[in-house]
Amino acid sequence: MKLLVPRFESSPALRLAGMDKTYGPMQVLAGFDLSVGCGEVVALMGANGAGKSTLAKIASGVVQPDKGRIFVAGREVSLASPRAAREAGIVIVHQSTDHLGVPGLSVAENLVLDGLCAGGIGVFVHKRKIHQKAQAVAARIGLDVPLNRDFGELGPAHRQLVAIARAVAADASVLVFDEPTATLAAAEAARLFDVIERLRARGVGILYISHRLADISRVADRIVVMRNGRRVADQVQPFDLAAAVKAMIGRDLDQIGTRRAFAPTGRPILNLDRVRLTHASKPFDLSIHAGKIMAVTGALGSGKSRLLGALFGVSRFVDGRVDLNGMPWRPRGPAEAIAGGVFMAGEDRWRSSLLPPFTPGADIAGTVALPHRRRWSGFGFIQGRREHAAARQVIDTLGIRCGGTSDTLDRLSGGNQQKVVLGRWQATPCWLLLLDEPFQGIDVGARRDLIAAIRAGARDAATLIATSDVEEALQVADTVAVMRNHTVACLPGLHTADPSSLLAAIGAAEASEAGEKGEFVT
Amino acid sequence: MSVEAGIAPARTGGLRHPGERIRRSLRRYAIFLILAAMIVLFNAVEPAFLRVNNLFSVLQSVAVVALLGIGVTVTLAVDGFDLSVGSIASFTLMLSSYSMVVLQFGAAETVALALVAGASIGLINGLMIIGLRIPDLLATLGMMFVLAGLQLIPSGGRSITIGLNLPDGSVAGGSFDPAFLAIGRYKLWEVVPLPVIIVSVLAIAFWILMERTRWGRVFYAVGGNETASHLAGAPVKAYRVAAYIISGTLASLGGVFEAARVGRGDAFAGSSLLLDSVAAALIGFAVLDQRHANVIGAVTGAIFVGIVLNGLTMLNVPYYTQDFVKGIVLVGALALTFGIGRGRR
Repeated sequence: MKLLVPRFESSPALRLAGMDKTYGPMQVLAGFDLSVGCGEVVALMGANGAGKSTLAKIASGVVQPDKGRIFVAGREVSLASPRAAREAGIVIVHQSTDHLGVPGLSVAENLVLDGLCAGGIGVFVHKRKIHQKAQAVAARIGLDVPLNRDFGELGPAHRQLVAIARAVAADASVLVFDEPTATLAAAEAARLFDVIERLRARGVGILYISHRLADISRVADRIVVMRNGRRVADQVQPFDLAAAVKAMIGRDLDQIGTRRAFAPTGRPILNLDRVRLTHASKPFDLSIHAGKIMAVTGALGSGKSRLLGALFGVSRFVDGRVDLNGMPWRPRGPAEAIAGGVFMAGEDRWRSSLLPPFTPGADIAGTVALPHRRRWSGFGFIQGRREHAAARQVIDTLGIRCGGTSDTLDRLSGGNQQKVVLGRWQATPCWLLLLDEPFQGIDVGARRDLIAAIRAGARDAATLIATSDVEEALQVADTVAVMRNHTVACLPGLHTADPSSLLAAIGAAEASEAGEKGEFVT
Repeated sequence: MSVEAGIAPARTGGLRHPGERIRRSLRRYAIFLILAAMIVLFNAVEPAFLRVNNLFSVLQSVAVVALLGIGVTVTLAVDGFDLSVGSIASFTLMLSSYSMVVLQFGAAETVALALVAGASIGLINGLMIIGLRIPDLLATLGMMFVLAGLQLIPSGGRSITIGLNLPDGSVAGGSFDPAFLAIGRYKLWEVVPLPVIIVSVLAIAFWILMERTRWGRVFYAVGGNETASHLAGAPVKAYRVAAYIISGTLASLGGVFEAARVGRGDAFAGSSLLLDSVAAALIGFAVLDQRHANVIGAVTGAIFVGIVLNGLTMLNVPYYTQDFVKGIVLVGALALTFGIGRGRR
């Protein structure tokens, strides 16, 4: 596909008119109108379940609308399949990490996947030729991932970057990004914004779906807010983000960032003494006290997940001393960690925590009970009543919207799924709760509920949260640590009560990170 | 709590439509309806079909298939697949015959030897899959060929009977222990074959294990999402190996039943067991609309296959068309499971 940018300034790059879509009894889109001009970045905001993803799927030919017309550059088109959408010049970067590429193929093959699938790269493919083309694709967004690596071994953020590179290389006239920064740290996100800037200059119409207000205000020309499948607000710059959020969730967003007063320190729960995560990284100290919430933030690959994994027994510290409640802590695996009172909710809930539907025990009760069954079952027999009672309590405490404790997780919205994951680990007391990216892909309202639940649950335990979003870190934590190159770069003498100095410190750390060539670690 | 976050895509409402409820019941009970229809048909054409003796002879042949089907089900639960069950059954059939006829062991030693052999083969399967990371289909396919060849070597490719001429020229001096033959031939109250009783008890035990205990849930959890199970504290590898040990042991018990029923080491007696038991386990997906491997389903599937075959035999359908019919039945049942079920999401 060569540059398809039609320069009819009068007709928008993409126009959706009167979109209707129903799933069963649930109306997802109700007469929704949207247009994206050439060289315009339109941010689409909406809470979970508002219909954003359905709209993105319609624009990319994955889902067919019940009613409505689609125009590309003023010409009416019918998008019967993803291929038809591509041929019309619309390319999408999906949100779900499963749809981003093909595990089992190399990064290079994934980068040129469109050429391989639709032709255009020739019948006989040579590894060298693929690498050449892939390199060109990667260079366009300055992507730095080893081309030989298996796509399946990449972490979510790198998968996202590969998919973005692929989409940009398609030379589309309309690009749809569905939550592109959900898994990206600040430095990667900044790189994406540069790419979007260049695309805009070339006249590409961009539909940018996101929860993140900071990203939206940075990148968008116009904001469209949807709620219950309808357009409820349409703003041009300068934006009134508060009004947009209000339109999105239907009421005022009260102050999420009400930080707790900095209370005197409790008993230390976890103490790290000159530990090292890799042989190449510098040793660091860290300690967390009872009732405290610490957030570690930092760029992708800075070692946040590895730190949590080492504490949970998934990997090992190379060096140094770890104490839990004053006793040496060296779990040989998750089972030992759980038995010792260290719990972890992993990153990417569908990969790390949830079972696919139709698996026995994939309902809310089973999901909550899975790690606790050793203690909850008598002589191995499942205590159904106990599991459902525990699930009921999780549902009530966290305000999970669902039909009941027997609902499977795929029937819940993203925010509610994440609440189940958190509730599972709050169902029994622990010493240390590790949460890896607990706010991934959920809306502002659900995030506020989760933060409240994390704080309420953190009475006696210590909580350690890994998040690549500095704003999230500031909102949820008492203290913030920044990681870089597998070591804690700036230390929590800084409390979140003083956000400006913290932001400055983090900014300095991340700026030097962006300047360096980021090393590659999953 | 958040206003929008709670709205789940199309859910409970669907069940209130009367049409949807009927379709749902149809899906749940489809296999049973087809089974009932077949029984009525077979009985109309051949009234001997529903006689007690015939039904128990069907169940006797079903017992072995059901046993292997349960084993396959456990491996399917951990997202694996044991293709070697048929060969394990034939191998232990030959092994137990050899143990009595050539080694002159008694019934108890022979059964113990057979079960230990089955468990060991399962362990080897598991270690190939976990340790060497050979994909399960390939590992068990390899094991299938190894065993199919190995079982022929001691007897020089011949069936094992009393007075067998061994490859070294001597004549085997042992015979089948009557106690061993009773395992396959004894009938309670002159009607109910012992294997049917044993398999029924095992089926109930495995149903309890898979549906009612935490270990069963871990088997399924490992198959559904291995990473999530590991992070929830499950010893994932141990469960996967255990699944193959269970399936190997059950298959070897099936081999013992066959040997005891036939009363000689017939080199090709177990040739249709693999297809039949895999069909049983896969048909089981459709039973009660479970959409995952399950014990009740596998047993129902085995009965289903058994009744199809017995009915066709009684209707004088030539034996050489039976595999064809079995294939059609399997494909039909799978279409039912995976095709019709698609509408749900």
